[in-house]
Amino acid sequence: MSLLEKKVSELHDLLHKKEVSVMDLVDASYARIGQVEDKVKSFLTLNEEHARQQARELDDVLAGSPGERILAGLPIALKDNISTKGLRTTSGSKILSNFDPIYDATVARKLYEAGAITIGKLNMDEFAMGSSNENSGYHVTKNPWNTDYVPGGSSGGSAASVAAGEVLFSLGSDTGGSIRQPAAYCGVVGLKPTYGLVSRFGLIAFASSLDQIGPITRTVEDNAYLLQAIAGHDHMDSTSANVEVPDYQTAFTGDIKGLRIAVPKEYLAEGVDPAVKEKVLDALKALEGQGATWEEVSLPHSKYALATYYLLSSSEASANLSRFDGVRYGVRSDNSENLLDLYKNSRSEGFGDEVKRRIMLGTFALSSGYYDAYYKKAQKVRTLIKNDFEQVFNHYDVIIGPTTPTTAFKIGEKTNDPLTMYANDILTIPVNLAGVPAISVPCGFSNGLPVGLQIIGKHFDESTIYRVASVFEQATEHHKAKPQL
Amino acid sequence: MSKFETVIGLEVHVELKTNSKIFCGCSTDFGAPSNSHTCPICLGHPGVLPVLNKEAVDFSMRAAMALNCEINREQYFDRKNYFYPDNPKAYQISQLDKPIGEHGWIEIEVNGEKKKIGITRLHLEEDAGKSTHAADGSLVDLNRQGTPLMEIVSEPDIRTPEEAYAYLEKLKAIIQYTGVSDCKMEEGSLRCDANISIRPVGQKEFGTKTELKNLNSFAFVQKGLEHEEKRQEEEILNGGEILQETRRFDEKSNKTILMRVKEGSDDYRYFPDPDLVRLSVSEEWIEKVRSEIPELPDARKARYVSEFGLPSYDAGVLTASIKMADFFEEGVKEKADPKMLSNWLMGEVSAFLNNGSKEIDETPLTPVNLAKMIKLIEDGTISSKIAKKVFKEMIENGGDPETIVKEKGLVQISDEGAIREFVVAVLDRNPQSIEDFKNGKDKAIGFLVGQVMKETKGKANPPLVNKLIAEELKKR
Amino acid sequence: MSRISKDQVKHVAHLARLSVSEEEVDMFTEQLDAIIGFAEELNELDTENIEPTTHVLELKNVLREDTVRESVSREDALKNAPEQRDGQFKVPKAF
Repeated sequence: MSLLEKKVSELHDLLHKKEVSVMDLVDASYARIGQVEDKVKSFLTLNEEHARQQARELDDVLAGSPGERILAGLPIALKDNISTKGLRTTSGSKILSNFDPIYDATVARKLYEAGAITIGKLNMDEFAMGSSNENSGYHVTKNPWNTDYVPGGSSGGSAASVAAGEVLFSLGSDTGGSIRQPAAYCGVVGLKPTYGLVSRFGLIAFASSLDQIGPITRTVEDNAYLLQAIAGHDHMDSTSANVEVPDYQTAFTGDIKGLRIAVPKEYLAEGVDPAVKEKVLDALKALEGQGATWEEVSLPHSKYALATYYLLSSSEASANLSRFDGVRYGVRSDNSENLLDLYKNSRSEGFGDEVKRRIMLGTFALSSGYYDAYYKKAQKVRTLIKNDFEQVFNHYDVIIGPTTPTTAFKIGEKTNDPLTMYANDILTIPVNLAGVPAISVPCGFSNGLPVGLQIIGKHFDESTIYRVASVFEQATEHHKAKPQL
Repeated sequence: MSKFETVIGLEVHVELKTNSKIFCGCSTDFGAPSNSHTCPICLGHPGVLPVLNKEAVDFSMRAAMALNCEINREQYFDRKNYFYPDNPKAYQISQLDKPIGEHGWIEIEVNGEKKKIGITRLHLEEDAGKSTHAADGSLVDLNRQGTPLMEIVSEPDIRTPEEAYAYLEKLKAIIQYTGVSDCKMEEGSLRCDANISIRPVGQKEFGTKTELKNLNSFAFVQKGLEHEEKRQEEEILNGGEILQETRRFDEKSNKTILMRVKEGSDDYRYFPDPDLVRLSVSEEWIEKVRSEIPELPDARKARYVSEFGLPSYDAGVLTASIKMADFFEEGVKEKADPKMLSNWLMGEVSAFLNNGSKEIDETPLTPVNLAKMIKLIEDGTISSKIAKKVFKEMIENGGDPETIVKEKGLVQISDEGAIREFVVAVLDRNPQSIEDFKNGKDKAIGFLVGQVMKETKGKANPPLVNKLIAEELKKR
Repeated sequence: MSRISKDQVKHVAHLARLSVSEEEVDMFTEQLDAIIGFAEELNELDTENIEPTTHVLELKNVLREDTVRESVSREDALKNAPEQRDGQFKVPKAF
């Protein structure tokens, strides 16, 4: 068994007992990357020299002992929209192909302080806009379970790298499902935390009111360790919640007796693949077996979530992406005789079609005469969607459904029709609009491709999500399956 | 009498003198090397987030209250989208729907008539960086980017360029009194754009307005408006049409010059900034800020009239600048005669400051020293004439007037015997003047006094010289 | 009837500082029209008395004290600049 197939707690023990060194782990990570990266293509940038130096330092200074820091010495990789000082950060876009950040994102700083070692930066759909990684400005990451298939997106590199065993765990970001959907497609565990739990400082913004950074891991327990390291109030982020972060490991009681599960009928309606539906119903049965009960409920405004999401996220994005103008950083077009040319050429050459499409949609939705009809209307519908969740959570502990309507699709299958592509996120988007936390855990396979179970919790109740996810994980064998590469 | 009425509205931008910028911790100091007061946040680097400076909110609320605005209890910030190299995020964080304050007013006085000018709104926003235009392109310095800025928009209540000038003077005085800004036009901490239109007298609808930009002083605002008023009238009388234009005032030719014609309205795509949370202003917060507002110009002016017996005009001049007014009060505390002190400040001091375009705190002159000098005049140690010499030394090089008087030997000669000797000597040398005096030419006395003062290097006590000349003349 | 015209698409592209070829105008017109059409299903909902949501969390008055923090070095500020001169970012002339 490869070192990187072990759990966080096991590796921590091995480091503690000096049975392995930090360098062994870093070596294992780069060795695995050497083996499978050609097939999977998870990474945009590797940090090998610096990672080895950090490993040496940790091995020397701590004499191999990770001390109390549970993540010390463990290899991690970050989605490429997380700013890392001195390590190229592109957000999957050509326009930032030469960008060398001058500061660390809060999560990057926290991980550094925790002693985790950044192996590299992971591929993604350009500016996190996409559900397949096909919108990356660089290359398409492949699904480790079947490399003809997409890994999902936008955190496709984050999910694929963990599934392929290139790193122990990774960080992704989730605006409309961008952690959970690729986690589901790649058969790993991905959590989108409550909006405001993890600092967004240093996360290259797509849609500020929806974006959250979250952990992608192979087990639920590891996921909680990683979240513990990055969660908490940050005075650099005005939207960061000033809440006490609980010790998530205490959530793993193994007991869900009396747990009340809500299953929205909209989440098992037509459009959801029967095989996916079947796996979800199996999962509910397994949870019932552990003492939980479930009932069908309704989130009546679910069908409006997709339109609401595209209007709001594109509007915010149209402003967030205006700073990429070729003036202070990033790629500037060579063919510009005047300022207007500089802007138009740099942006048109630097952005891909999907990004342009969303900038155009957002610009339109905010423009004079349309603001009330589109942007403001969508903000109001967002309130209705948020209220739907509040209603259900008055009576239930968690909401459960599939993470995605189908399993991963073939590369190239949906690239021509934006709306069909968008429909992929129909079950994950409402969660971002409501700001609640949700996890995707593996719950079986269909035609050899993983199916994800989505567990949605109340605001700041990640602990309950972890408890339920862990009970499910331990009661089933799904998490033990490994892709053959 | 013109058949037209002028309508003017002013937009004034005032930088707040907080220590740090509005959304990041960079210093707001003026004059640092380009781009040395920047960080990822004000450079608009990918991934950064703004966090609002509390002092900027307090300061702008204080100014809004001093301008009689109502404070919005629920506020938020919007993004104003436009591309420009000195606007690094390509959106400016500003306030559209819920500004800091609304519905304010200030009172101005022109030709003895008082008038209230409405203030539509005062909102808080971030300043942009600075572009310098060279032959082969533009250079951008982002030091100023993110300096907290208030935009103060007047109602179109102003009817003459003179009123516009008075409005600006009053606005500047009030803001300086509140202590939230230096209002230095030459450093760009106060900037003004003017909107002007004319309409036939009696017409209700506004005419098409033009906007004047790049106005570098209040005097140029007035001159620019005067020219623009005339230009619009001539244009209309000649059958022409006023276009929605942006114009600038050319200081050399005293004319306004077309910059660009506006096509439609700008589409800034304002929307609430999701990176910032709303501001909820409690009654306690408002009261705390209100308690920090010092006595404002009008109140001080009234007090100077009632407390020190100054003429209303003098009190108005002194209180037009807080620095002058504070100097005055310090001087009065040092027991200087208020009327004399006021005369010196309005006369010699103002003349010196205007000459060098300086503020009073930029000279070495202190209230203590000026008060001492006035006391030296009052007790006869120096004459008013000598005082001017002492004053010149004090305002140019500083120093204690008593020391200056001693070191330069300027003490007034009030010893009768000593002066009489000079008088006798002068009379002896000027028999013609004595003759003239006896023939009824009173002017001759003036000449003789002048001679004595010259002999004594101006140090003789003038009333005493007069008295002794009269006595000695009688003897001859 | 089309919900967005080609001229509107061109205007929006200009506002967003994107240059678009005639082919792209056609493509974006068609795709945006479909997306906007889809978005119009929101009009089925009566939102007359619904407050818009800008933030899901009820956060307010997040403020920092007015203290100066160290700026970055000029080198860092200009490190990624495509073009610079005299410690400033350089851009072409406006016209």
